[in-house]
Amino acid sequence: MSAPLAPARPLRISLAVRDSSTMLRRNLLHARRYPSLTLNLLLTPVMLLLLFVYIFGDVMSAGIADGGADRSEYIAYLVPGILLLTIGGTTIGSAVSVAADMTEGIIARFRTMAIDRGSVLIGHVVGSVLQCVMSVVLVGAVAVAIGFRATDATPLEWILAVGLLGLVSLALTWIAVGMGLSSPNAEAASNNALPLMVLPLLSSAFVPVDAMPGWFQPVAEYQPFTPAIETLRGLLLGTEIGNSGWLAVGWCLGLAVLGYFWSKSQFNRDPK
Amino acid sequence: MPSSVMPTSRLGDGHPSPAAVSTVGLRKSYGDKTVLDGIDLCIPAGSVFALLGPNGAGKTTAVNILSTLISADAGDIRVGGHDLATDPQAVRAAIGVTGQFSAVDGLITGEENMLLMADLHHLSKREGRRAAAELLERFDLVEAAKKPAQTYSGGMKRRLDIAMTLVGNPRIIFLDEPTTGLDPRSRHNMWGIIRELVSDGVTVFLTTQYLDEADELADRIAVLNGGKIVAEGTAEELKRMIPGGHVRLRFSDPAAYQNAAFALREVTRDDEALALQIPSDGSQRELRSILDWLDSAGIEADELTVHTPDLDDVFFALTGADDSAGTPPNQPKEAVR
Repeated sequence: MSAPLAPARPLRISLAVRDSSTMLRRNLLHARRYPSLTLNLLLTPVMLLLLFVYIFGDVMSAGIADGGADRSEYIAYLVPGILLLTIGGTTIGSAVSVAADMTEGIIARFRTMAIDRGSVLIGHVVGSVLQCVMSVVLVGAVAVAIGFRATDATPLEWILAVGLLGLVSLALTWIAVGMGLSSPNAEAASNNALPLMVLPLLSSAFVPVDAMPGWFQPVAEYQPFTPAIETLRGLLLGTEIGNSGWLAVGWCLGLAVLGYFWSKSQFNRDPK
Repeated sequence: MPSSVMPTSRLGDGHPSPAAVSTVGLRKSYGDKTVLDGIDLCIPAGSVFALLGPNGAGKTTAVNILSTLISADAGDIRVGGHDLATDPQAVRAAIGVTGQFSAVDGLITGEENMLLMADLHHLSKREGRRAAAELLERFDLVEAAKKPAQTYSGGMKRRLDIAMTLVGNPRIIFLDEPTTGLDPRSRHNMWGIIRELVSDGVTVFLTTQYLDEADELADRIAVLNGGKIVAEGTAEELKRMIPGGHVRLRFSDPAAYQNAAFALREVTRDDEALALQIPSDGSQRELRSILDWLDSAGIEADELTVHTPDLDDVFFALTGADDSAGTPPNQPKEAVR
């Protein structure tokens, strides 16, 4: 890797960009040709959203704001959490597709070609972040359709909210890619990546942390999803953000860096 | 039997030619299991080299190391003039690899697979499309080009695999068991493809467990067994290493068989098959004298076959004896990740 580059060879960085975009095109082609995995994963957040609003809605809204809240207030409370759960769910799909891809012979071919080594992973990561964005937009559209409004947010708050969703997508994707690479096959990857879907359920997505049993509150409060949800809520609906913003950014950067180095070392190992 | 053979870098005409692949003391072990135990190879540019060996001999491991897929534990390895340890990217730029397990993307079409390779070789759009179309045509895949590769038959997948390997004109091509699992017709087609490559001056390194394949295609053959090269040479040289030419007489009547065995004496008996083997070089003169001898002894066999030594004999002679000790059955052969 550290060998000096001969002048005839193209610059490493332009090689990396070119190969990564080739890999991205390949992954997007897969996603477009076989959309069933992505669509299945989209079903979960949409179902949870409808379930909690229309089936459990009366009880749930009674639980926030001391019983005085109506259903539209619970929709407002619920949607930020659902959006982050959407990202968690979509990245499970990324772990599965990375694991499935690694069992394909073509990955061995890529490893014996003079291409940028990281491009295989970068292609997966960028593809996955794009899918996350698309999923968030679709679930967001369902939320708006059933009455979610964030009209009080300023343009700056909107930009920050989109940035936060992007950052969370990137961080969870790198972790998911690491999970995918360390799983022997697609089934194992979907099990190993389950925390990405379970953690949002154990956060402040559905009920406030104060309403949980005392022993559980620290778990819910200090896991990565809760600060991200609280920050998104604050940006879109004007609730108190406090130190959640910095906590969320810290978690995301930490997870992204951890996932990056984890994935890289997994990928650079000799294949079995 | 020498455990290794001195590398030579001469083609048949005696002119030294630069080695396309050379290894000295190549070693690889997994845990305490030694897979490759000091392999020395020297393959002249433009020749076909066959690495022959039973299952689990370490053929795939050797290809995986030489093609930069996995790392060696020890040894000096040069491929295409580049040191594999210090400049693997330069090695990768010189080689093309078709592994044992099809290295095609099954989810996309054959044509998309070809264009993917063109993009990764940084061909321009036009060049890439031209190369893809040309190779699809050459490998008889035009009709299937728009179908997902996972719907292809084994032979078609293998052809697509090799077509993808050829994008970017590699000068050294590794083929790991290129015909395993193919029907006889596809197998002969594959041989034709490999011969065509060689006529373009490409160096081909192939592994096979079929002796006729090595005999048919290779300039030089090395027999790998238990992690060591147990013999190396041309097919003719290898065949000369062992005696094996004989005339085989088969009987159906045990009494006739016993009589013949008694009358002929200097023969190898196979009591179970009721067959006798008389040493012979297979020449017309010797055959006539054997027939005269049989006539005068009043022996009439039900079947007479002339057997000249082939690579099978070499293979069994070289790899048979310590088979159980030398080749653990759990040699990793699963798909590379």
